[in-house]
Amino acid sequence: MDMLDFFPSSILQAADTSWQTVTIAQRASSAFRDHDLSGTIGYLLLGLLFTAGLLTVLGLVLIYAERKLAGHFQCRLGPMRVGWHGILQSAADGLKLLLKEDIVPENADKLLHLGAPVLSLMATVLTLAILPLSPTLQVVDLNIGVIYVTAVTSLGVLAILIAGWSSNNKWSLLGAMRAGAQIISYELSATLSLLVMVLLSGSLQLSEIIQSQSDGWWIWKSHLVGVIAFVTFLISTTAELNRTPFDLPEGESELTGGFHTEYSGLRFAFFFLAEFVNMFVASALIVTLFFGGWMPFYIGGWDGFNSIMGLIPPGIWFAGKSAFFIFLLMWFRWTFPRLRIDQLMSLEWKILLPVGFINIFLAALIVLFEWHF
Amino acid sequence: MNVHVSTLDEKTRSSLAIESHSETEEYFINMGPQHPSTHGVLRLILKLDGETVREVIPVLGYIHRSIEKISEYSTYRQIVHLTDRMDYLSAIMNNWAVARTVEKAAEIETNERIESIRTIVSELERIHSHQLGWGVLGMDMGAFTPFLYGFRDREMITDILEETIGARLTMNYIQPGGVMFDIHPDFVRKVKEYLAYFKPKLDEYEDLLSGNPILQQRLRNVGIMDAETALSMGATGPVLRASRVPYDLRKIEPYGMYGEVEFRVAIGTAGDCWDRYYVRIEEMRQSMRIIEQLIDNIPEGKFLLKKPAAKLTIPEGRHYSQIETARGVLGFYIVSEGKETPYRAYFRTPNFHNLWSLTAMAPGGRVGDLVAIISSLDLVIPDIDR
Repeated sequence: MDMLDFFPSSILQAADTSWQTVTIAQRASSAFRDHDLSGTIGYLLLGLLFTAGLLTVLGLVLIYAERKLAGHFQCRLGPMRVGWHGILQSAADGLKLLLKEDIVPENADKLLHLGAPVLSLMATVLTLAILPLSPTLQVVDLNIGVIYVTAVTSLGVLAILIAGWSSNNKWSLLGAMRAGAQIISYELSATLSLLVMVLLSGSLQLSEIIQSQSDGWWIWKSHLVGVIAFVTFLISTTAELNRTPFDLPEGESELTGGFHTEYSGLRFAFFFLAEFVNMFVASALIVTLFFGGWMPFYIGGWDGFNSIMGLIPPGIWFAGKSAFFIFLLMWFRWTFPRLRIDQLMSLEWKILLPVGFINIFLAALIVLFEWHF
Repeated sequence: MNVHVSTLDEKTRSSLAIESHSETEEYFINMGPQHPSTHGVLRLILKLDGETVREVIPVLGYIHRSIEKISEYSTYRQIVHLTDRMDYLSAIMNNWAVARTVEKAAEIETNERIESIRTIVSELERIHSHQLGWGVLGMDMGAFTPFLYGFRDREMITDILEETIGARLTMNYIQPGGVMFDIHPDFVRKVKEYLAYFKPKLDEYEDLLSGNPILQQRLRNVGIMDAETALSMGATGPVLRASRVPYDLRKIEPYGMYGEVEFRVAIGTAGDCWDRYYVRIEEMRQSMRIIEQLIDNIPEGKFLLKKPAAKLTIPEGRHYSQIETARGVLGFYIVSEGKETPYRAYFRTPNFHNLWSLTAMAPGGRVGDLVAIISSLDLVIPDIDR
């Protein structure tokens, strides 16, 4: 702090409350310790239901939001027919996909063709369980949360590769090739950005990372390194999500649909759902790492303002912040053209990765000399 | 001019000559006839090395409708109604190509009112064609929104033309000896309103797409075609002009009212996709300029000088005439035996010739580049096959 005393650290934060996190898993185990069998089973079921419910709600809401936003970005209304302002459109579409014929190409690898969408969705659902949506709304709080998220989300690329390979279609294979190259490359940058935040907060546990921001969000506290890490993470995570401007694996106008060219009906729905839920996971991670998770927005010294902010429940804060980043990702999608494969690669290997390495070095120095607030 | 056109064989051999250190195999892949960015039923056989395009072989004929053969059994007025199905985005200009050839051959007179109306309507259609081309290019580059912006503004032009002509897509308006109907009473007012509306919108187009660094990266220095190749391929229209050849029939052999209005021919400098894209943007500006000069003083007079009931024959011999459509030179060639129907009719359509420049530009680029090139050629497939 010696160097930066001229900058009063209390400006951007003031947290007076200490948040206590209780996860559903903790509740279950404490119930188990108290020999409360019904409580244990109840909490475990609650955890499962919560994950499944979150998945469904996200699928319905995000797909509707995307279509509605796309409509308004493009001077049209979007879905308007099913329900009030088309609010039941996603449900109707889901029903339609359920009832569709299950088409498998003749020469496809049947088992892998079925397995890919399931794997894709599974990779997503596994992450949902550890996201800290509020101090009490978290299924499991792993002590290696960040590593777990990185590991599990990278299963998604395996699903895409399998899908491209098993479809026995050259366009699918091209899409899968692109996806493999792209997602694995951008994973590096994303992980480097994650590591910067791990260095700063000194923990791999997601709830701990949030707790470490009780005196100010990392995006304010960490000088430039946090901002650079945030920008790199936003870019690389967009690439990992296969969304415009990095939607080459699908590349509708180039590859007719990329890795899911040969998928229809419910199998396609799985990929689709996984994509949208992944978008939420990415936004939730951004919020957790850089924007204080479920912490309210405080300004140091403004007590009246802070107490009003404190009235809003943490779950709403988390949802609101995530919604903003989801909106940002959708805004990207409906504005930007797509990069070319070699431009995409040079962006990662020539720009983002060197920047990421320098950034993590700087972050290490900052943490070592305690220059951050 | 000594132009060397490399044959398919040479190209294949040169592509094989490039040294590759990895044990990769080239493979063929079908692009189309059902593919989102071939804009119709065009089929391209691609020879790929990973993502790199080694060779493109266009396969035609999927939407052949024998328009030329049907023309041999149709009177000259009937032929006009076949042309709107060729390049459906320049339907009126296609009409004009027939009308001009027949008028020249049969020495049919027109008046200034007819020519003014023809010019205004054609330029309106040129704008709406380029709007669509702009939007589709955006969509092919992965940005879906420009497509709908282009369509929004294009619909307004089709609304205006619909009032006069009655159709929104397959418009038939110009016929030998005049136009089919007089302009709608609201036509002049609405066109003026539209121009006032669209001028700022064109800047919005540029903000949305032209200024985007990703788009510039995708288009600049991609699919470069020098002037000699462009000429040897027979490319015309914006494709040729982007390669620095200021060839525009509206300037070189002015027809209609083009000789009496001021406008500039937009040309490119590098001949890459970006130039082809930008030439079209500039042409929209110039088209608006042409309409502005004509719209206020459309002379009074008849809109049709030759009665539709009158028999229309063309003196024996060969007749050819051409006009500049939104995509290039459209020529109509008639071999006449002095009867009411031609002995042989032939359309020199711009897209057919523009298509082949693809085979010169695409090899060496990526699949993404190929899509950019197809899009920048702004092909209309029914015009290729007739």
